[in-house]
Amino acid sequence: MNKAYPTEELLRISGVNPNKCMKCGKCSATCPAYDEMEYHPHQFVSMVNSGDIEPLMNSESIFKCLSCFACVDRCPRGVEPAKLIEAVRIAVVRKQGNNHLLADDVPNMLDDEIPQQAIVSAFRKYSK
Amino acid sequence: MKLSYFPGCTLKNKAKSLDIYARKSSELFGITLEEIDNWQCCGGVYSTAKNDVATKLASVRALKQAYEKGQALVTVCSACHNVIKQTNHLMKNDTAIAKKIDRYINDGSMYTGQAQVYHYLEMLRDIVGFDEIRKKVVNPLNGKKIGAYYGCLLLRPSSVMQMDNPENPTIMEELISALGGQSIIYANRNECCGGYIAMESGELARKKSNQVIENAKKAGAEMIITACPLCRYNLIKNGSDIPVVYFTELLAQALGIKGDTNE
Amino acid sequence: MQRIGVFVCWCGSNIASTVDVERVSEALKNEQGVVFSTNYQYMCSQAGQDLIKSAVKEHRLTGIVVCSCSPRMHEATFRKAARSAGINPYMVEIANIREQCSWVHKDIITGTEKAIILGKAAIAKVNLNAPLIPGESPVTKRALVIGGGIAGIQTALDIAEAGFLVDIVEKKPTIGGKMAQLDKTFPTLDCSACILTPKMVDVAQHEKIRIFSYSEVSSVKGFVGNFDVTIKKKARFVNENICTGCGACVEKCPQKKIPNEFNLGMDNRSAIYIPFAQAVPKVATIDPNACNMLKNGKCGLCARVCTAGAIDYTQKDEYIEEKYGAIVVATGFNPISMEKFDEYAYSQSRDVITSLEFERLTNAAGPTGGKLLRPSDNKHPHTIVFVQCVGSRCSVDSEKGKEYCSKICCMYTAKHAMLVRDKYPDTEVYVFYIDVRTPGKAFDEFYRRAVEEYGVHYIKGMVGKVVPEGEKLKVQASDLIENKQLHIDADLVVLAAAIEPDKSARGLATMLTASMDTNDFFTEAHPKLRPVESPTAGVFLSGTCQGPKDIPETVSQAGAAASKVIALLNKDKLLGNPCVAHSNEEICNGCSQCERVCPYGAISYINKEFKMPDRSIKTRRIAVVNPAICQGCGACTVTCPSGAMDLKGFTSKQIMAEVDAICR
Repeated sequence: MNKAYPTEELLRISGVNPNKCMKCGKCSATCPAYDEMEYHPHQFVSMVNSGDIEPLMNSESIFKCLSCFACVDRCPRGVEPAKLIEAVRIAVVRKQGNNHLLADDVPNMLDDEIPQQAIVSAFRKYSK
Repeated sequence: MKLSYFPGCTLKNKAKSLDIYARKSSELFGITLEEIDNWQCCGGVYSTAKNDVATKLASVRALKQAYEKGQALVTVCSACHNVIKQTNHLMKNDTAIAKKIDRYINDGSMYTGQAQVYHYLEMLRDIVGFDEIRKKVVNPLNGKKIGAYYGCLLLRPSSVMQMDNPENPTIMEELISALGGQSIIYANRNECCGGYIAMESGELARKKSNQVIENAKKAGAEMIITACPLCRYNLIKNGSDIPVVYFTELLAQALGIKGDTNE
Repeated sequence: MQRIGVFVCWCGSNIASTVDVERVSEALKNEQGVVFSTNYQYMCSQAGQDLIKSAVKEHRLTGIVVCSCSPRMHEATFRKAARSAGINPYMVEIANIREQCSWVHKDIITGTEKAIILGKAAIAKVNLNAPLIPGESPVTKRALVIGGGIAGIQTALDIAEAGFLVDIVEKKPTIGGKMAQLDKTFPTLDCSACILTPKMVDVAQHEKIRIFSYSEVSSVKGFVGNFDVTIKKKARFVNENICTGCGACVEKCPQKKIPNEFNLGMDNRSAIYIPFAQAVPKVATIDPNACNMLKNGKCGLCARVCTAGAIDYTQKDEYIEEKYGAIVVATGFNPISMEKFDEYAYSQSRDVITSLEFERLTNAAGPTGGKLLRPSDNKHPHTIVFVQCVGSRCSVDSEKGKEYCSKICCMYTAKHAMLVRDKYPDTEVYVFYIDVRTPGKAFDEFYRRAVEEYGVHYIKGMVGKVVPEGEKLKVQASDLIENKQLHIDADLVVLAAAIEPDKSARGLATMLTASMDTNDFFTEAHPKLRPVESPTAGVFLSGTCQGPKDIPETVSQAGAAASKVIALLNKDKLLGNPCVAHSNEEICNGCSQCERVCPYGAISYINKEFKMPDRSIKTRRIAVVNPAICQGCGACTVTCPSGAMDLKGFTSKQIMAEVDAICR
């Protein structure tokens, strides 16, 4: 299973300072993928800060974030939760054999209209 | 006037009309879009990770080429624009990463974000001017009710994109009105369509896209315009019963370069 | 030759933890002129001051150097101590080894070294100090209050009650301010107008108070006790001495579609208007941007119906010059613009409103006659969502709102929620909060009543997005306790917008040379001990221009500011600052450069006859400084090309001696 990253590493990769958070929950209030996530944006901020990282790494939540930056833009404290979620996701998919999306799976996902943009974006988000 | 142009992968394939009508329309305003030599795919989404260097190289190469030609870099795809503008911002503000990237590119001069990046919409607003566009309209839209759909990539992160008010943008609305249409304001116009999640969770993409379509329709929109191929795909795929077209198609139609866009 | 005593203060551990005070007093012992040097825990305390006084006697000191906090803090204290010990107070110098040394250094070695150098500089200066005698200036026994809200009203009444003349300058057509717009007041729910309007009448009827409404301060010159102020009385095109406030003009005015500021644009007023029924002064005002007569000469109805003949289309702005001894700033606040928070759809839906707009919607004199109706369709709302902290408590880098807590929102939101539930029990009320802050008398009890007795749904979490759809407002929010994202179909959304100082405050601060913080709140002379005085002598602060506060706090502060003004106006004369410029007439070449740079107009030129060595008489043009006007800024001394101009207490020689001591 995933061995947890240290908090400092995730903060360094993301550039996020979770101590700026005032726990208002606006990130999770505005998140369009909230219902699909087991852990929500505000929990990422809080859990990374307290070193509770393994559950986040093992959760599908990291693949549900749409990177739409709504939480980043609307956070009144400038915390940027999406960047923290990205850091956790990267920490996971960078490990050997952890690619979430495999090239072999792609043909089954396509239809005639799907733009190339969707495929490259998904690969960048889900795999290394 | 010549400007550097980064079309991106999708505009060469599924979103050809976004590309073609952007180029044709700009010619009418005396702007030639010069395609970057050997451009590479931007990657579709920007990686915010500070230790992710390789994914930035394609953008930096394009930016550098434009800068060395003394030209601003124009993009029209929302995704390319988002990635390239964020990368440029990073190069300008993070010397450590700029140096790292310089060691990869290794061509003797370090790039530190000097190029100016325009989205095609910004080019229309800031270089051409909406009044100039209004003058060139030959097929006005006759008050057609059009909802601009921004999605997330055009506007956010707003501190970097700096294109418009991220919560109450006006740039596409101003374009619509310059073309003789009536812009419809609806609250979900800056919410995500689901984006790349369509690849693995069609259900979530459907939910998000439906919210946009419903909200636009309830506000009275008869048509939706977008700058993003993936937004267009998601809205159409998920059953929009009003047309979803690229803003460049609408522009070209009003300028008399293209036939009716009501497909 | 001076006999100087050096007194090094520990300031508890404030200085002593990063400066070795023992070493400092030891090192300064051998400086030129020093005959005594010591250190003590709290030099400003009675014991510390006694220590200075006895040292003066024992060592026959002629000069004193105190190494302590900033002179802004305790220079006056030590000067007083010196005087009571028989030394001229201007023989005291302060070496600031706290703010400029111990507080900014971490390392005791560098801290100590710097403290010694600062001490040496002060000693070098005292060696050249000369006793100075301050001049006296008279005090104009009249106060100016800028702003006619509850803060200005209370300050004016209190000053007037002490027997002094007061003028209130209010930029709007009526006094009353924000409090006049409120419905009820927390936590006792008394009607705001019922407690405010009698005070407004008191002001209008008080023989010592004059109201300049629809007026602005356009310039301020002079200094404490002697301010010269120009007041711009904007043309209201109505002679306010004749107008009876009957309202006939308002009724007849054909131009009725002007957004009514008093109801925050939620209904309309006419081009000639009286802001509200209890306005003081109750006279009409013509809005020049809306009046047809003023714009194109086509109307004149109001003049025809006015039986008093008060309408005057030719009225011009009038400038009034008046002298004041003290000025009180009471410029108040406004809710911030919701422009950067449009995720809440404020600009897209008329049913998303601010809390101040909500006050008007529930006020019997408001646009709906006190019935709570949605602005869009005048329907009764059944689900109301209140969002707290909109624009308050934002970090600087979020580039959105204000960093501070606006302080009043928690309580007025509880009030709104409670009143809605009381009057309309069929209404579901949700309050989204980050924290509920209720530190005030009977405040938390009030909020708990809203929850426990009135069944208001308090939800810990924030609203993330409001989407107008059809007749509903789709509210997407988080409930952090239940770890859920909530979706509420609301009929009305109320935003508790952060408050900010009135925009007029910045320009006023420049005129008054009063300082402001980064949020444009006026800075107090001391945050704890002098909270109603600005650092500029003679300028006092009342109400929210100094920081967010509620009505009880504002009224207390207004009274405090008044008491400071009364103490000042009670004096017949003030001692001036003797550290003023003077010109050496032997050297002055009459070039006029100093006159041009003086910001206070303190320098003039005279022709004076000089006896020459050959006994002939020669007339020369020379600069003369009026010491009552000079503020000692020093601009003239650095401008003077011949070196004739010098500043007492800060002579060029003294400054150079300090620099030499530092560089030694």
